[in-house]
Amino acid sequence: MTNKTFTGTSSYIATDDMKMAVNAAVTLERPILIKGEPGTGKTQLAIEIASSLGRPLFEWHIKSTTKAQQGLYDYDAVARLRDSQLGDDRVHDIANYIVRGKVWDAFAADEQPVLLIDEIDKADIEFPNDLLQELDRMEFFVYETKELVSARNRPIVIITSNNEKELPDAFLRRCFFHYIKFPDSATMEKIVGVHYPNLKKDLLKEALEAFYKIRDVRGLKKKPSTSELLDWIKLLVAEDIPPEALRSGDSKSAIPPLYGALLKNEQDVHLFEQLVFLDRRTNRQ
Amino acid sequence: MKPSITELLTLLEAMKKGVAGHSVEDFYFLSRACLVKDESKFDRYDTIFAAHFQGLEDAFKALVEALPEDWLQKQVELMLTEEERKQIEAIGGFEALMDALKQRLDEQDERHEGGNKWIGTAGTSPFGAYGYNPEGVRIGQQGSRHRNATKVWDKREYRNLDDSVELGTRNIKIALRRLRKFAREGAEDQLDLDDTIDKTARNAGLLDIRMVPERHNAIKVLLCLDIGGSMDDHVRVCEELFSASRTEFKHLEYFYFHNFVYESLWKDNRRRQAERIPTSEITHKYGPDYKLVFVGDATMSPYEIVYAGGSVEHWNEEPGAVWIKRLLTAYPKAIWLNPEPESRWDFTPSIKLTRELMNDRMFPLTLSGLDSGIKSLR
Repeated sequence: MTNKTFTGTSSYIATDDMKMAVNAAVTLERPILIKGEPGTGKTQLAIEIASSLGRPLFEWHIKSTTKAQQGLYDYDAVARLRDSQLGDDRVHDIANYIVRGKVWDAFAADEQPVLLIDEIDKADIEFPNDLLQELDRMEFFVYETKELVSARNRPIVIITSNNEKELPDAFLRRCFFHYIKFPDSATMEKIVGVHYPNLKKDLLKEALEAFYKIRDVRGLKKKPSTSELLDWIKLLVAEDIPPEALRSGDSKSAIPPLYGALLKNEQDVHLFEQLVFLDRRTNRQ
Repeated sequence: MKPSITELLTLLEAMKKGVAGHSVEDFYFLSRACLVKDESKFDRYDTIFAAHFQGLEDAFKALVEALPEDWLQKQVELMLTEEERKQIEAIGGFEALMDALKQRLDEQDERHEGGNKWIGTAGTSPFGAYGYNPEGVRIGQQGSRHRNATKVWDKREYRNLDDSVELGTRNIKIALRRLRKFAREGAEDQLDLDDTIDKTARNAGLLDIRMVPERHNAIKVLLCLDIGGSMDDHVRVCEELFSASRTEFKHLEYFYFHNFVYESLWKDNRRRQAERIPTSEITHKYGPDYKLVFVGDATMSPYEIVYAGGSVEHWNEEPGAVWIKRLLTAYPKAIWLNPEPESRWDFTPSIKLTRELMNDRMFPLTLSGLDSGIKSLR
């Protein structure tokens, strides 16, 4: 089937366990469930897999109101009703009013596609159960046209979850599972490296140090993650902040510049400022 | 979730197709992706994997001496209590303990349960999941300390994730679903097919499109939670209930009380002395269509319920029993969920008393209790 393996790309650092999980899913043509903190590149992974294997990518973003059926197809009854009023000839064929969903698009693709089901935990708690059969057999039935749609090439299905809801066991049993753990600083250096190849070494070092320090602050509501670090570094470069300004030993600028890119909620900012204040006081004594 | 035969077959199929290559590390990643579907269980998996493969890797002689797996499994959950920690300090710290443990492992050749040795059996620690953070002695780690190369599974990086609140709420959410009451409110954005057909027919076939708002769960819930004191033992189950209700009900108002409800409740435990909300204000603000749910162990001195001034925290002008009656009059649909086991209810006078005040609508805070509670709320 496929002899290519996923090894990460020039813009995405894949760890060994991630490669193994992805390759197992690709080889066995089973869905893979990706979990991890927000901002660790779950959605990005699907995009990178598609581009590294050279496959078309279909993205299905799930919202709280998304129904499983919408991924398969929609029957546009209103359009048909309207056409019948206008005496349009199309009205006699119901197939004209079946609107394909993302899953159908992926099933109909000429070469094996990558299908991303993004943030599956956003949907109703029964949503994953409604997709069991479709993901298992890679086929579904269109009742309106009495047609069985089966995948021409079994897509590589990538499902991401933010852990907002627990997923049903039956669903989990059918998937491979990978948890993107938060990168350690060595991996993080590589990740920043592929995004900003020309970054000054000392700036990177200081930025990472400050970043991990902030992550270590206890009680933060939302810890900054990889994507926030990348944004922050982009800002630092754009503003041309000198590396010395990040050094926390300097008590005047103990709060890292542009920290708004890292801390996204006022309680966290407040907590952080308080801690810095306490820190300064102990330093003075 | 325990891995089933489905996962095993997947793993075997993947092995057959040569996904894992021929290194133990690859096999470790592959079998983890196949068998473990929950990152909070990675740590456990690592431990077992380490314990299992340590023998296989070194040599075949180790295979013969390999520890029985069920014995190891018990060890996985090993953790130390405060008291035990002191004992360890007495022995001479962690390193000494590790040596002693290694020695014990060498001596011990069958599964050990009971007794008061500090190895202990899994799950007997009185602190449970909320006790001392399980930095306990694990057999997998033990192996790596004496070898120079640390394997991935010996790093055990997933330790902190165990027992986050969101996991385990699925069952509660499913139970709470039964309380759903759908109603249409808000913007009209859905086609009402029946009404459209009806109106179109009446309109002599000229299309008359009718829209309705989407259905939402319109159930309204007032949640009153007992906090502090004897409730500390039940924090976990209460957090699960709370976090499940927060996502399930759009109209959820929650208040805290300590031991029993009196003339005021609060929303923020840190500022509970400063920001109290009078109970009468609550009954005025939220209409009788709200369902009232108390969560508390109702374990206290009966005086706290029946006497003015009985509260342990402040001077209450009127007894708690009066206040709960007022609340029950304001909210005819009410239940009390009690995390204490049902078998103990009859032996605690305050629980009996509360149950009588609730007209017997007290249910244990378990899934089945929640089910019957919800039935009586409907």
